[in-house]
Amino acid sequence: MTAVLPLPTAELPIAAGRLRLVTGRLLAAKGVLIGAVTVLLLFLLAFVGPFLTPWDYATPDYLALRQPPSGTHWFGTNGLGQDVFAQTVRGLQKSLVIGLLVALFSTVLAGLVGACAGYFGGWADRGLTFLVDLMLVFPSFLIITIISPRLKGSGWIAFVVLLAAFNWMITARVVRSMTRSLREREFVRAARFMGVHPLRIILRHILPNVASFLITDATVAVGGAVMSEAALSYFGFGVRAPDVSLGTLLAAGTDQAPVFPWLFYFAAGLLVLFVLAVNLIGDGLRDALDPTSGSRP
Amino acid sequence: MSPALLEVTDLAVDFGSQPAVRGVDLALRRGETLGIVGESGSGKSVTALAVLGLLPGTAQVRGSVKLEGRELVGLPGRELAGLRGRKVAMVFQDPLSAFTPVYRIGDQIVEAIRIHQKLDKAAARKRAAELLDLVGIPDPARALDAFPHEFSGGMRQRAMIAMAIANDPDILLADEPTTALDVTIQAQVLDVLRTAQRETGAALVLVSHDLGVIAGMADRVAVMYAGRVVETAPVDELFAHPRHPYTLGLIGAVPRLDAEGGPLVPIPGQPPALGSVGPGCPFADRCPLVQDRCRDVEPELTGAGDHLAACVRADELAERRPRPEEVYPVPPLPAADLTPRAEREPVLRVTGLTKTFPVLKGTVFKRRVGSVYAVDGVELDIRRGETLGLVGESGSGKSTTLFELLNLGKPEGGQIELLGQDTAKLDRAGAHRLRGEVQIVFQDPMASLDPRLPIGDVIAEPLLAQGAARELINRRVPELLRQVGLDPAYAARYPHQFSGGQRQRISIARALAVQPRLLVLDEPVSALDVSVQAGVLNLLQQLKAELGLAYLFVSHDLSVIRHLCDRVSVMYLGRTVEAGAAAEVFAQPRHPYTQALLSAVPLPDPPAERARTRVLLPGDPPSPTERRTGCAFRTRCPLYATLDPARQTRCDGESPALEDGVACHHA
Amino acid sequence: MIRYLAKRLGYYVILLIVAVFLAYALSSTALGPRSYFEAKQPRPSAASVDRQLTALNINDRTPVVERFGTWAEGLVLHGDLGRTIHDTSVNEDFGRRIWVSLRLLLVGSLLGMVLGVAVGAWGAVRQYRFSDRATTLASFVLLSTPVFLLALLLKNGAIAAKDAAGHEVVPFTGYETPGLAGGLGAHLSDWGLHLLLPTLSLALGGIAVYSRYQRATMLDVLGSDYLRTAEAKGLTRNRALIKHGLRTAVIPMATMFAYSFLGIFTGAAFTETIFGWHGMGEWFIQAINEQDINSVVAVNLFAAVVVLASGFLADLLTAALDPRVRS
Repeated sequence: MTAVLPLPTAELPIAAGRLRLVTGRLLAAKGVLIGAVTVLLLFLLAFVGPFLTPWDYATPDYLALRQPPSGTHWFGTNGLGQDVFAQTVRGLQKSLVIGLLVALFSTVLAGLVGACAGYFGGWADRGLTFLVDLMLVFPSFLIITIISPRLKGSGWIAFVVLLAAFNWMITARVVRSMTRSLREREFVRAARFMGVHPLRIILRHILPNVASFLITDATVAVGGAVMSEAALSYFGFGVRAPDVSLGTLLAAGTDQAPVFPWLFYFAAGLLVLFVLAVNLIGDGLRDALDPTSGSRP
Repeated sequence: MSPALLEVTDLAVDFGSQPAVRGVDLALRRGETLGIVGESGSGKSVTALAVLGLLPGTAQVRGSVKLEGRELVGLPGRELAGLRGRKVAMVFQDPLSAFTPVYRIGDQIVEAIRIHQKLDKAAARKRAAELLDLVGIPDPARALDAFPHEFSGGMRQRAMIAMAIANDPDILLADEPTTALDVTIQAQVLDVLRTAQRETGAALVLVSHDLGVIAGMADRVAVMYAGRVVETAPVDELFAHPRHPYTLGLIGAVPRLDAEGGPLVPIPGQPPALGSVGPGCPFADRCPLVQDRCRDVEPELTGAGDHLAACVRADELAERRPRPEEVYPVPPLPAADLTPRAEREPVLRVTGLTKTFPVLKGTVFKRRVGSVYAVDGVELDIRRGETLGLVGESGSGKSTTLFELLNLGKPEGGQIELLGQDTAKLDRAGAHRLRGEVQIVFQDPMASLDPRLPIGDVIAEPLLAQGAARELINRRVPELLRQVGLDPAYAARYPHQFSGGQRQRISIARALAVQPRLLVLDEPVSALDVSVQAGVLNLLQQLKAELGLAYLFVSHDLSVIRHLCDRVSVMYLGRTVEAGAAAEVFAQPRHPYTQALLSAVPLPDPPAERARTRVLLPGDPPSPTERRTGCAFRTRCPLYATLDPARQTRCDGESPALEDGVACHHA
Repeated sequence: MIRYLAKRLGYYVILLIVAVFLAYALSSTALGPRSYFEAKQPRPSAASVDRQLTALNINDRTPVVERFGTWAEGLVLHGDLGRTIHDTSVNEDFGRRIWVSLRLLLVGSLLGMVLGVAVGAWGAVRQYRFSDRATTLASFVLLSTPVFLLALLLKNGAIAAKDAAGHEVVPFTGYETPGLAGGLGAHLSDWGLHLLLPTLSLALGGIAVYSRYQRATMLDVLGSDYLRTAEAKGLTRNRALIKHGLRTAVIPMATMFAYSFLGIFTGAAFTETIFGWHGMGEWFIQAINEQDINSVVAVNLFAAVVVLASGFLADLLTAALDPRVRS
């Protein structure tokens, strides 16, 4: 993809061949389309939403305590008189950003570690396998919960790092085994016998060939990270005040849910909707990027 | 003419909007063997599966399949199940995946018996043991308890045949039954198929791409192309006087064990995609005899008597009886270099090469519990402008030998001398320089090209690795593409946009990029169809003559070796057992293994094939994890079996060295 | 084969020891029991705090390795998990809570696996028909709902049902009705009813996960050569699917079982807290908030043993299901 060949042939339409194939399949899958539109709308809601309402997420309206949804307060108000719509879009924003960052960090880490371990084998590989096994012995929730009180002062970025640090192992393990089989594939062997440098082989041949898996996995990981964030924040181990996230909103609204449903169900609905949309995209991507799924209608 | 046992009329199969079979007519009589031959995508396997209604649910089947007058197309699943296995049984291509991995072989055969016969378990088991015995599996009572993965490929295919004849079917459908097997094992399995047919009196439908196999087995042959039968005739008639240009080309494209080198007949172009077949003859675009009328209507399968062909010029061909090269344009090959061997400088010399792999146990701390002697004494000698054919069956250590060579490091044992340099003494820079002198072409043209790179980049890779300048690369890539017969404008395309033959040409172009002196070809044509293979073989011959290359050509296909190579080296269980000039070795093989190997290769010539006496080797090669004293081949050696005990002792105790081109005490 | 399993077991034991040490070290450095005592009213003297911390073997002025040594010695020699921050026995809490959690974990994971396999295989066979699309959509929605949210929704549903009916339809707090009279039958049905919602909230997610994987492996099997062979022998499609197809397609589920147990364990911790079950998960969250190191370590030990045991069980299961692994 780097070579500039002195060939007058139309490189674009041909290079687009695969792209077109993939986009064609993606468009054919209704799930992906629905998922993508939903995610787009939710992002729009999260980042444009705050400008649509005159209310600030933290400022109380003392004239409206626990009011149901109305023209003034679209999602109603809570016990302090804060606008639930403003809070929800603000929480959605935070949750989405956390989900994206966690997926990004953990996927990059998993790709690099997995590819290196798989390609070089030997002690590097055994060391990694043991580390992954070790980290999988505990549900990561336990470890994050133990550490999180220490991070009270560091804000939500530290929380992102923590989530990513315990989210890469299974992906790395898959990348490792994919790399091991790619390593024995003839085009990698050919490159080795031609004297191509190992790091160059990893960058040029291995990583592009696991990329479709990584993209799919990262997509699903965004959903997983948003769910983890919500769960941990719900129990008070994640995002903390003054920050707001879907998890903290759910925690605040739980007890009053049977009586004041708007405090709980808007956040819950958006959470499920977002993760569902992301999962639909991931599933469609898997089908579209997988060359063996070509025969499927 | 006896009434047909199975009659297929106008059978058509579509997968969605994609046709796979477009109107096939076949008739099968009791007890006869019908060979269906065709290249990949011709619809031959789909036809066989459609007969039994075994196609996946996405397939729409039209037309008629009549078994003893009873219509099978559209029969309800339950009734069809009652016929399958009892009336018509099937033998599949890949015996490993065709057995359910989690059940014992015996249980699977017993199940087949008890579906159709009222036998209790013990009786069925006894019958299963008899069947295994019939197909030549040693110790059948114990073999019943084996799982499929514990059997070798040949054993599994025998068991598959045993299962197929369990209910005395009237028809055996065999879909490429020997394609996954080595040639000596193929000979065994074909023999078992003949036995099975004799025992049951069943008619056999043999689907194969191998003209040699068909020539030796079939009574009548149907040739398929683009989803239709284009010619059908009794086997002698078909091979001697084909009436369809495609059949003629196919026969000319096959390299033969009993013929000298020279160019093969390549059929130009590719088989058409079935979805885009126009109104005319689907072969028209590749046909040297094409006329304007061919493009109007697809010709019907017609003719007098037994010999039918779907070609408007069939009568003409029947009369003229041309040879393939009289019809197809054959590329001229440049004259071979006639310098005497002694005067050519050596390119590669390998002596006493060994390589063992440890057998490891343990999860965290691995320890060695044994060794696989993958390569255990290999000798090679290649000089400039020469092609050395390296022959051996799977597990003989061919690939390991290649990888040891290409590592350009110090071998575990023995010596590798490449262009006069001992690879054990090379430093890093020296090894890197030498990498430019030896390049490899792999077997699978899809796997050897990175699917994510445009082929221009693929071809440039060895140049980049050798640190070539950008202008040089930009100049070389189109030049190389032209050299292997591809349009330089293709450089920006991706590998999946090319056909198998074209991809193999790209592989060759990549290997030639740094102007190597030795090209290592690892089964370069075994994944290709015959008509495409011929073109690639011709290209290799042409390149060698033009560029003065030396080839190390690895293949399991002796006909191809015979066709292409100047010298040949035969391997068995990691050792070189015979080496010498190809003409001599093929004319007078001296090692018993070479003799058996050569006799196992089927010839695409029915009378010659029937007239041959075959040396059938018993059993499978022993495991390379145990190193025996004495000659490794003696467990299967036909010569050893005839020796008196005194002479046998020598084979038992002393491993024969390669002397004067053969490693046998008694050759 | 037995040697192989023994070796796997040995590996798991090494993993367990290293993991428990790390968990101990982490808990001991991350949590601050000193602040818990210092916050007491009236504020105790520094020496008294030190004395109490040392007595409980959680004094941050003693090196971690030394504290771990004391703790491990007690565990190995006397099966003693130490004292809680309230100076009660950890073993006592542990012994009481372990059965509460195991009941939930076992029933939830088994139910999830069995139903998930069934739904997945059924969906694969009926690929792209309405029933497949419906189960697929349902499993996607479930996969997109965190367990704690699912548990909350179920609980809210039960509360709404109670409000509507005027009495409790399904119990949603605790694992038994306190002081229930009656015989064994009454107790069993009471337990069953209390299990219902917590188990559902665990199992539904499991069903969704397993059914997706089972559907995928079953689809692979549907195109396999050996299924075609089975049909070519004369088996009907359905018999071939069950006897040859499903039997082979469940093998990868054994590995899935080990992986998904991590998720189920986490889910159980949430479920317990939400439904007021006094199990390990609830204990853990409570212990973290009280800086109770020894209780936190005990739950970690439990988690590690459960996860590794499920891994070993998965190995056993794979070996039992797949002869290719056995040899």
